[in-house]
Amino acid sequence: MGEKILFAFISVFVTLNYGYLLNGLIRKIYARVGRRHGIPFYQMYIDLFKSLGQRSNIRHGVMFYLGPVFRFTGGIGLFLFMPMIFGSKIFGNFSFSGDLILLLSFQFFGTLGMALGAGESGHPHSAIGVTRGLAQMTAVEVPFVLALMAVAIQYDSLSLHEIIAAQQGSILNWTLFTNPFAVVAAMLAVLGSFMRPPFDVVLAPQEIPIGPPTEYHSNYLVYLQSNRAIFPLAKAVLFMNLFFGGATSFPEMMLKTFLVIMWSVFVGVSFPRFKVEQSIRWFLGIPLVIGLLAVAYVQFFL
Amino acid sequence: MSLDDIKIKKVISPDGEEFEVNPLQDYFCTDRPEEIKPVRGILEKFYNWARSESIWILGFGTGCGAIEMRPLMTPRFDAYRFGIQWRPTPRQSNLLIVSGYLSVKTLKRVIRVYEQMQSPKYVIGLGSCTINGGMYFDSYNTIKRLDYYLPVDVYIAGCMPRPEALIAGFEKLKSLIKQGKAEGANDYANKFDWYKENQKAVILDWDMPDYNW
Repeated sequence: MGEKILFAFISVFVTLNYGYLLNGLIRKIYARVGRRHGIPFYQMYIDLFKSLGQRSNIRHGVMFYLGPVFRFTGGIGLFLFMPMIFGSKIFGNFSFSGDLILLLSFQFFGTLGMALGAGESGHPHSAIGVTRGLAQMTAVEVPFVLALMAVAIQYDSLSLHEIIAAQQGSILNWTLFTNPFAVVAAMLAVLGSFMRPPFDVVLAPQEIPIGPPTEYHSNYLVYLQSNRAIFPLAKAVLFMNLFFGGATSFPEMMLKTFLVIMWSVFVGVSFPRFKVEQSIRWFLGIPLVIGLLAVAYVQFFL
Repeated sequence: MSLDDIKIKKVISPDGEEFEVNPLQDYFCTDRPEEIKPVRGILEKFYNWARSESIWILGFGTGCGAIEMRPLMTPRFDAYRFGIQWRPTPRQSNLLIVSGYLSVKTLKRVIRVYEQMQSPKYVIGLGSCTINGGMYFDSYNTIKRLDYYLPVDVYIAGCMPRPEALIAGFEKLKSLIKQGKAEGANDYANKFDWYKENQKAVILDWDMPDYNW
């Protein structure tokens, strides 16, 4: 057990650093698309130390403290309960037979915690931001859960470990090729949870400066920044495991998660921002239909 | 906010219970700011390096000088290269740029924003107007010297200073932070009464708490 805890620490530490560097790189890509040089790729670390070095901070109440803690727990929890590298002892994490259900609830956990925390900060922009965030997340979940159901029915399992195992052997065993509808529905849905355009009205500085984290600073912000490093990565690992055959080595994991995240980055730099009612309508349109098709496909054709 | 907003008033809760609200006491902090001594030694040096390399500017333009801050985000000048980023909320910002003339009405907002920022915090006065009033030297409605009202770290002279001058100003601020000389927040706390006296001398309809972090 002690060994397992040590391995968990190692895998969280490695993933956090990979997430920070990846976020820096993504900022750099955004800058290059805008024909700028942009921040150095290690700027996230300096920002982190700067935030830690702030001399004063504000208290708004207990829930204000717990908001970022919940958010960070959501990110770490999502990450820790699925295998990052298939068959690895260190990066195998605490995967167990029903983990897919737990992961679904962890996805929402952080947003809900943040809603309570941001609500207590008393800032109207936080409340508006969180309301929009929750509305959008709910719309995202519909096609996403349909895709997950399709995958669970297809492999007759709620264990990520078994789902990855079923995809091994050949690239044609990946869910991407055996059940393309589910992959398309999930990939469209996941755009909404990466907080990039066109679905970033929740955090957009130009809309409501800057939504839920308006009142958060110094140490609180460190939690939120760390979550922003680990949460998208955890999400990408989940997608890699479900749809793209998992990973058996660290470089393979890096490449696959990088490509999954790049999907949202490419969409992000190419499209303008949706209003929240537009984005909800969009998620309940094409992705929902494809999600239903995916369930019908596994039910009748596989 | 107006004077009516800070008067003691009776409020009826959703349950029908009636109670009294004193906005200045119930909604705002009434403590004075206190000097926070920097930690000694290598840790403070490291923090100062991090603070200087990650300056978050509050996106708040007070006068026409704000127009010179916008090109800094564009490909031509690209201040992000130097670790300078814009934040939309005072809680997360470290640097307040008072960009140009400051009318008394705007001064009120600037004071509230400055006091909401977290220590250590820095102020740059941009343009001649913040130094001696500039072309508004005989205006009835603008303040003439910014450092009577807020502790200024760096002035950037000119009308208008170009974006290059602003970048030079940032570099100057960075070297001040690295040397540990940019202690404006502590100066403000130490000379709090003097600053408040100056502020209240020009802001005649003082309708906010004395210190509102």
